Amino acid sequence: MSCFISKYADELVKNAAYIGTPGKGILAADESTGTIGKRLSSINVENVEENRRALRKPFVELMKESGVLPGIKVDKGTVELNGTNGETFTQGLDGLAQRCQKYYEAGARFAKWRSVLKIGAIEPTELAIQENANGLAMYAAICQQCGLVPIVEPEILVDGSHDIKKCAEVTERVLAACYKALNDHHVMLEGTLLKPNMVTPGSDSPKVAPEVIAEYTVRALQRTVPPAVPAVVFLSGGQSEEEATVNLNAMNKLQTKKPWSLSFSFGRALQQSTLKAWGGKAENVKKAQEAFLVRCKANSEATLGTYKGDAKLGEGAAESLHVKDYKY
Amino acid sequence: MSAFVGKYAEELMKNAKYIATPGKGILAADESTGTIGKRLSSINVENIESNRQALRELLFTSPNALSYLSGVILFEETLYQKTSDGKPFVEVLQENNVIPGIKVDKGTVEIAGTNGETTTQGFDSLGARCQQYYKAGARFAKWRSVLKIGPNEPSELSIQQNAQGLARYAIICQENGLVPIVEPEILTDGPHDIQKCAAATETVLAAVYKALNDHHVLLEGTLLKPNMVTPGSDSPKVAAEVIAEYTVTALRRTVPPAVPGIVFLSGGQSEEEATVNLDAMNKLDVLKPWTLSFSFGRALQQSTLKTWAGKKENVEKAQEAFLSRCKANSDATLGKYTGGTAGGLASESLFVKGYKY
Repeated sequence: MSCFISKYADELVKNAAYIGTPGKGILAADESTGTIGKRLSSINVENVEENRRALRKPFVELMKESGVLPGIKVDKGTVELNGTNGETFTQGLDGLAQRCQKYYEAGARFAKWRSVLKIGAIEPTELAIQENANGLAMYAAICQQCGLVPIVEPEILVDGSHDIKKCAEVTERVLAACYKALNDHHVMLEGTLLKPNMVTPGSDSPKVAPEVIAEYTVRALQRTVPPAVPAVVFLSGGQSEEEATVNLNAMNKLQTKKPWSLSFSFGRALQQSTLKAWGGKAENVKKAQEAFLVRCKANSEATLGTYKGDAKLGEGAAESLHVKDYKY
Repeated sequence: MSAFVGKYAEELMKNAKYIATPGKGILAADESTGTIGKRLSSINVENIESNRQALRELLFTSPNALSYLSGVILFEETLYQKTSDGKPFVEVLQENNVIPGIKVDKGTVEIAGTNGETTTQGFDSLGARCQQYYKAGARFAKWRSVLKIGPNEPSELSIQQNAQGLARYAIICQENGLVPIVEPEILTDGPHDIQKCAAATETVLAAVYKALNDHHVLLEGTLLKPNMVTPGSDSPKVAAEVIAEYTVTALRRTVPPAVPGIVFLSGGQSEEEATVNLDAMNKLDVLKPWTLSFSFGRALQQSTLKTWAGKKENVEKAQEAFLSRCKANSDATLGKYTGGTAGGLASESLFVKGYKY
């Protein structure tokens, strides 16, 4: 094979396929300490460890008991590329193998690494595309050697006044580069997941219908993502909870070739109304958990194309979560 | 889009999709004058225009055979030839819902500094030629790139050169209304095992699809013509199911779902081998978002040629042999081939070392 078959090959394939189970998806709860601080401060809660956790049982155990696979963010954030207009590459390769081994021992079975690109007059440049694709591929190869399914995330920020066609063009270019790099680095696609942006107009452009987003997004994937990839788990970018769900639903309703399942890996778009309902107060936990269940169920239905848009919208569910030039 | 959407976009997608119709496939009858000469001499027939015309007429007028074909690739001379009744071949095909295609490359030349690796010629005036072919009735084209497996082959230079060539040819075709068949053939020559062939095939196909993306080719308006993944010609054979598994895995890892159909070349396989392998792939219970069909030259014509032997009185029998292979391969595209059309001729290996068109 042109891909490297690690000793974990069967496990990687099994876990990747499981994560892509129709009806299920991923909660991205991997906000760094700095980032979770922003969330907590938005509801006037202090960013201390006690507030970041709430139970005594090890989280990993809790997840395993419920058939949920624990994953781990392994990148160390972005740094600017010299000579570009604010384009970045992602750090975290140093000692990555050792870290992955430790995470595997601790119970993690998949990993995530976020690369970021932007659309501008000349962006993304070939340099940014190559650097980020290469970084993702190296990270993915190392993960697989250590038993972690790599989620490959080449996020193209929604910032800008470009139209949906431009976003589609860039997304196709970026994804093509990613899959070439993954092939070059001997990554076994059956043991990976893709976490791309949906194809949408820029944040400063007029919105379009979910069916249009679905059409452009799925077409971009059809043109670039080989069938060996078991699942595509979208990021929500700056979309509101409801927007993200409705768009995902539209994609799953689309009658066209989709050899990979289409699901979610949402952070803000799963937690926003939950966060607001909690407000950091112990007495609000039950209400907050109900809000969380509502979003989880809605997105589960969206992966099956059966969401009717009737989820009880919690406070903030329709609120845009876009932050210009968002930094994790 | 990152794909070029020109005035022919809808037509290209429609034609590519039609050629990929399950139950149908392509007859590769585009042997150049030199190559068809080798075929004719193998049955002691002189390589003159009237004989070349007679052979193609035999094929295109075979009763019922055309119903199993969605396309026929022609050599330039044949595109302008007629039946003995004076009807243009192109019309015969069109009347039977078979799309005429045209070989547009001009053969291979060696890449200096490599160990016999090649690149393909044919870019000069390619756009203008495509326009002429479109006017003459062609709606798809074919360009054959060749790679080989060796200790240092295929080299990065050869892969890049051939991938770029295929992509450039493809976009020029699309600009002029022809669906490009993208053919990166990796020769079977060699003692390597099937894993080595799989690795090379995956690497080459990944490079090809990156190049197609770079050149803004509209994948929905293309077809892929790859080799099957098999052991080298000097290696022990393996079962059809093994070939099917390795081949489909390689394609699943590299060919985006936007491509409507994959039409295999037969390489040096016998008629029966090629059919049985294609059938095994279509029987494989795994998700395949493109149709898997055939674009066979030798593996569709071998027994027909031998049966004809250049004699008028053999035409009917030869046409029956041709119909039989067409139907067998049609069944194979549906995973319904039950074997049994193998005559001695159908099982004859067609492998020629270092095969040059």
